[in-house]
Amino acid sequence: MDFSSLLLGLLDNLVRGLSLGSVYAIIALGYTMVYGIAKMLNFAHGDVIMVGAYICFFATSTYGLPPVVGILLSMAVCTVLGIVIERLAYKPLRQAPSLAVLITAIGVSYFLQNAAQLLWTSSPKVFSSVVPKGDVSFFGGQLSVTYLTIVTIVVCVVIMLVLTFFTNKTKMGKAMRACSEDKGAAQLMGIDVNATISITFAIGSALAAIAGVLLCSAYPNLTPTTGSMPGIKAFTAAVFGGIGSIPGALLGGLLLGIIEIFAGSYISTQLSNAIVFGVLIIVLLVKPAGLLGKKIREKV
Amino acid sequence: MMKFRRMKKSTRTSFFTYALVIVAFLVIQILRGTVGIGSLLEGQLIPICAYIVMAVSLNLVVGISGELSLGHAGFMSVGAFAGCSMANALQNVVAAEPVRLVIAILFGALMAALAGFLIGIPVLRLNGDYLAIVTLAFGEIIKTIVTNLYVGVDGNGLQASFVNDNTKLAEGGIALIKGPMGVSNAARISSFVAGFLLVMLTLIIVFNLVNSRAGRAIMATRDNRIAAESVGISVTKYKLMAFTVSAALAGAAGTLYGCSQITFAANKFDFNTSILILVFVVLGGLGNMWGSVIAAAALTILPEALRQFSDYRMLVYAIVLILVMLATNSPAIRSFFIRIFRREKDEDGPSRSMKKEAAK
Repeated sequence: MDFSSLLLGLLDNLVRGLSLGSVYAIIALGYTMVYGIAKMLNFAHGDVIMVGAYICFFATSTYGLPPVVGILLSMAVCTVLGIVIERLAYKPLRQAPSLAVLITAIGVSYFLQNAAQLLWTSSPKVFSSVVPKGDVSFFGGQLSVTYLTIVTIVVCVVIMLVLTFFTNKTKMGKAMRACSEDKGAAQLMGIDVNATISITFAIGSALAAIAGVLLCSAYPNLTPTTGSMPGIKAFTAAVFGGIGSIPGALLGGLLLGIIEIFAGSYISTQLSNAIVFGVLIIVLLVKPAGLLGKKIREKV
Repeated sequence: MMKFRRMKKSTRTSFFTYALVIVAFLVIQILRGTVGIGSLLEGQLIPICAYIVMAVSLNLVVGISGELSLGHAGFMSVGAFAGCSMANALQNVVAAEPVRLVIAILFGALMAALAGFLIGIPVLRLNGDYLAIVTLAFGEIIKTIVTNLYVGVDGNGLQASFVNDNTKLAEGGIALIKGPMGVSNAARISSFVAGFLLVMLTLIIVFNLVNSRAGRAIMATRDNRIAAESVGISVTKYKLMAFTVSAALAGAAGTLYGCSQITFAANKFDFNTSILILVFVVLGGLGNMWGSVIAAAALTILPEALRQFSDYRMLVYAIVLILVMLATNSPAIRSFFIRIFRREKDEDGPSRSMKKEAAK
């Protein structure tokens, strides 16, 4: 193999990795925001992705609505779903030990998967991409990048910019940061903590809907358990980047996607998951709070 | 009776747990001998024993040592594959099935303990959710490695290959682990009696560990790591001890489970299995061993008992899980129950628990 084709291969894998990583990053944002504010691992997040994908599937394939409407509809449904889950299952447990909340989240995850199986059966649906097929060629046709890949990466960057602006510049964002730092003090300053947590869940779930649609556009096999493995991977990505940190979720997601694609291409497809998790372990051993996580000093 | 009263509370709890398991075992054996317990439950007996051992051993890590582990099924996997491979390799050497099972379980436990020890060294440097995610990662890595492992044995000795099957077995060789196809057992050598004995052994090991000097050291590191360190307890040593013992027991449970199946693959021991066992532990109560025993048994039977709901059974299971967590942990619901409880107590006159509360 000569040098230029090697380089092109690398570039092709890099673009594919960035695309997959963007999806992970969008999911990881949902995990990390919820963790930052509610200090809980929301294991049901992966299943919200699946619900979002199903809603978009039915809107576009069954009712023939345009893709944009499908995406907006699935965002709306997931937002409501996120708020309802938070109100019914997590809010009563605000003071409970974190393990109890974790198990409840697992219960919600089981519930969503089985409800989806009852409503939509477990036979896989073939998701048709929301982005028109076709690709852009670079280097005189030697490297082609699909529209979907470009759209995925662009959407991720836009979401990232909007979220950074939102958390840093708006009043609501400030309230969120205050709640994640100290709920009691935030309440004393007149911040409605419950409403802030609800909004965090709403944003996370809306992002999950987008991620679900993009994920299923790339990997069109949609079943009730579609969300669980990407959910775990994105959770890993959030920890990788430093859980609770928004830039960390982006960095973790992108790196995870790139590592997964590279490991699959150059080492072994079957082992790519093991390699991804292996890298995670090594990173956490060197930097125990993740790449961009804050190290909290323990005071005696 | 007086002697029973004078016992320490921990001794009483452990005796109660032993009695619970023995009585349950006897009742089931008598029922099996007389009226029968139905084929559904009959098939679940050994898995129930394996899950009880899994739950009790995970409780040692989560409840006693205070570290959240999301990869416990990984050790079960190591035990199942190592132990059942050993059992199949010995099928022509050791004729007596119980002896073969004991050797297999010991080997499975040893390999799982080794895996637990090696994984524990790096993992236990972390804490909280980071530790949880690393145990999850190790669970997934173990699953991937075992799925790609091919091991066979023939006249020339042991052969192993990775990712692609390169084991060229001579005539009469036995393929022990067949990658994604898993293990096919020559005979199902596990029995309910063996399961019962393993549960008892697990309880004896765990109770004796918890009520020993080492056990108190483990709990001290859980309650306050820094304070424990300052009185000279080696945190790493004791956490690693709990983790390794727990892994060994999980490996034994894995062998027991594996040898009760005709075939099994690595996919059986995935993240969902780890979570299932964690659910047993949390529902049974952290650090409460008999709670784990009951929760593991009840929640393994529950999906079968809900069979009348057919398609809805897993949905009902999920709702029951959420409601139980809400009922036991939500302050609103809790205070509601306490109020009802008090009213009843007031009618009967003040009870012991009321006096205890007044004393506070």
